[in-house]
Amino acid sequence: MKSIVLSTKKRDYTTLLVFAVIVFTAPLWGKIIGAGYPDLLQKFAIFGLFAIGYNILFGLTGYLSFGHAAFLGVGSYVTVWSFKLLTMNAIPAVLLAIVFSGVFALLIGFLSLRRSGIYFSILTLAFAQMSYNLAYSVLTPITNGETGLRVLTSDPRVVDTALGYTIEGSPLATLFGTTLTGYPGFYFCAVVLVLGFWLSLKIFRSPFGMKLVAIKTNQTRMEYTGFNHRPYLLCAFVISGMYAGLAGGLLAVVDPLAGAERMQWTASGEVVLMTILGGVGTLFGPIIGAATIKYFENIFSGIGDTALAEIFSFLPDAVSNLLITIISPFVGSGWHLTLGILFMLIIIFLPGGMSQGFQKIADKIKQKNKKSSTSEVKLEKDGIA
Amino acid sequence: MSTAQSNIVLDITGVNKSFGGLQALSDINLQIEEGKTHAIIGPNGAGKSTLLNTCIGLLKADSGTINFGGNDLTHGFQPHDINQMGISRVFQTPQIFPDLTILQNVMIPAFAKRDGAFKLNLFKSLRDEKEIEAEALHLLEDLAMADQRFNNAGSLSRGNKRRLELAMCLIQHPKLLLLDEPTAGMARHDTNQTIDLLIKIKESGMTKVIIEHDMHVVFSLADKISVLAQGAIIAEGEPDEIKGHPKVREAYLGSAEV
Repeated sequence: MKSIVLSTKKRDYTTLLVFAVIVFTAPLWGKIIGAGYPDLLQKFAIFGLFAIGYNILFGLTGYLSFGHAAFLGVGSYVTVWSFKLLTMNAIPAVLLAIVFSGVFALLIGFLSLRRSGIYFSILTLAFAQMSYNLAYSVLTPITNGETGLRVLTSDPRVVDTALGYTIEGSPLATLFGTTLTGYPGFYFCAVVLVLGFWLSLKIFRSPFGMKLVAIKTNQTRMEYTGFNHRPYLLCAFVISGMYAGLAGGLLAVVDPLAGAERMQWTASGEVVLMTILGGVGTLFGPIIGAATIKYFENIFSGIGDTALAEIFSFLPDAVSNLLITIISPFVGSGWHLTLGILFMLIIIFLPGGMSQGFQKIADKIKQKNKKSSTSEVKLEKDGIA
Repeated sequence: MSTAQSNIVLDITGVNKSFGGLQALSDINLQIEEGKTHAIIGPNGAGKSTLLNTCIGLLKADSGTINFGGNDLTHGFQPHDINQMGISRVFQTPQIFPDLTILQNVMIPAFAKRDGAFKLNLFKSLRDEKEIEAEALHLLEDLAMADQRFNNAGSLSRGNKRRLELAMCLIQHPKLLLLDEPTAGMARHDTNQTIDLLIKIKESGMTKVIIEHDMHVVFSLADKISVLAQGAIIAEGEPDEIKGHPKVREAYLGSAEV
């Protein structure tokens, strides 16, 4: 956390710029790793945003919420309802998603934050599972239960009707005339992701962010220093809940439907994994983690036995068959196995996540450069002498 | 007494506290005068920590009143309320923020003093908090810790952790500073350093209550000493009076000692 004061303004703007460039050129570099299609890139951006927000709670305060998928789900439902009742424009939809998930997070956070540690985690998990079950059964009139909520051509869309817009074919989210599917959808998410990253950077560098880390480090001292830790934690919880709601909203923007399964505990667990895998409490870690998991989910799960056979076709049949037998449990429907191994390796050898790994590599390269440059200088000096 | 009344920072009258059947404090009367260092000594289990925690309202007294600047602390306040009223506290084991830098450790209490118990300043950059940074840096220079300001506080030695904790209290300019065994578990060298620092603080005129085992520390710092034994104050006076007090010798020092 040294960087809070040490990092300069210039360096922060450079970080933001580099991040924006990486995000906006994703369609180009995505092709190299086989991820250059909009569906997956949208997921990178959306779950990256989800993880950034989650990191503000978990990374800065250390409070492990196990129920953030509930806010993701609320965001999706609100967005679809906005499409149904108001307009197909994405801007009011995502804004409403942020507001509603924020209110929802305020309620759940207020109750859950009465406890800390494992009890807090269990409370958030309980609330999220309650929300899931409500969405699945009791609240069917609002959520359309098992089938999921869809946007229909016959929906009222008061604002669109008033403005005289009509919809042909299946309704899709728009941004002042542009349909937000495929690459336009990705770029919309990318802009939101960069904004979300910028806000997270601001929070990391603010007194508020430092106080959150202080609460994580020593709550007793924080209390005796004159800070009431509860409202700080609640704010962090609500902010991360709003991020989750925004991410849920974007999911519904690029594909206008919402289902209860988005709120299930596995979805809550996924964002925890993303954050830990990438690096808890770091700026980039959660996004790296989110991208990695989504990459595995979409690319590794797509490799079947036939694809493997193609890859190893240059080998003799016996060797190729052996390799396929060994590798096939780890790809295709077994991709969770690879992810699990990766996760274990990271936790054991890099407790700071992948970003710690990158940091180590960067440090090594720096050291090598320093060594080689100093030795060169020496050689030159020797030569002159 | 009536003329001195205005100078009393903390006024404790007739405080009783029991845990179940155990009478931890019985009829405690204590007046802490402004600008003075008041030591509370006593053998293990005498109730010193209970007294300190009751004084600041952390434990609820069964009866009696504790007046601090017009606030009755027997109402049971939260620790942050107590601090916002102007009481800072040093713990037996130094309580700092080990994952933050030394500079940040000192800046945080300054924020509490300026902004109160809660302020949502999301968009302000720490880099723009020049005033507080300068104040913290000044204090660290006084403590000869300015060079290490970007190091993590967790890497400090125990003695330096204590100095940092004191700096964190001092930056708030408290009306009352509570010190709970500030030299406990310290090496001689660190103890002496801490005493020097506490003498410096004393010279600045800050009111202090100190609980201490180490007689060397007590007699080099205290203006007034209260001796606590089995939950009651058995003697009170200036250091010289206490040194020769027969009751104190018996209860605290043992009958044949010193």
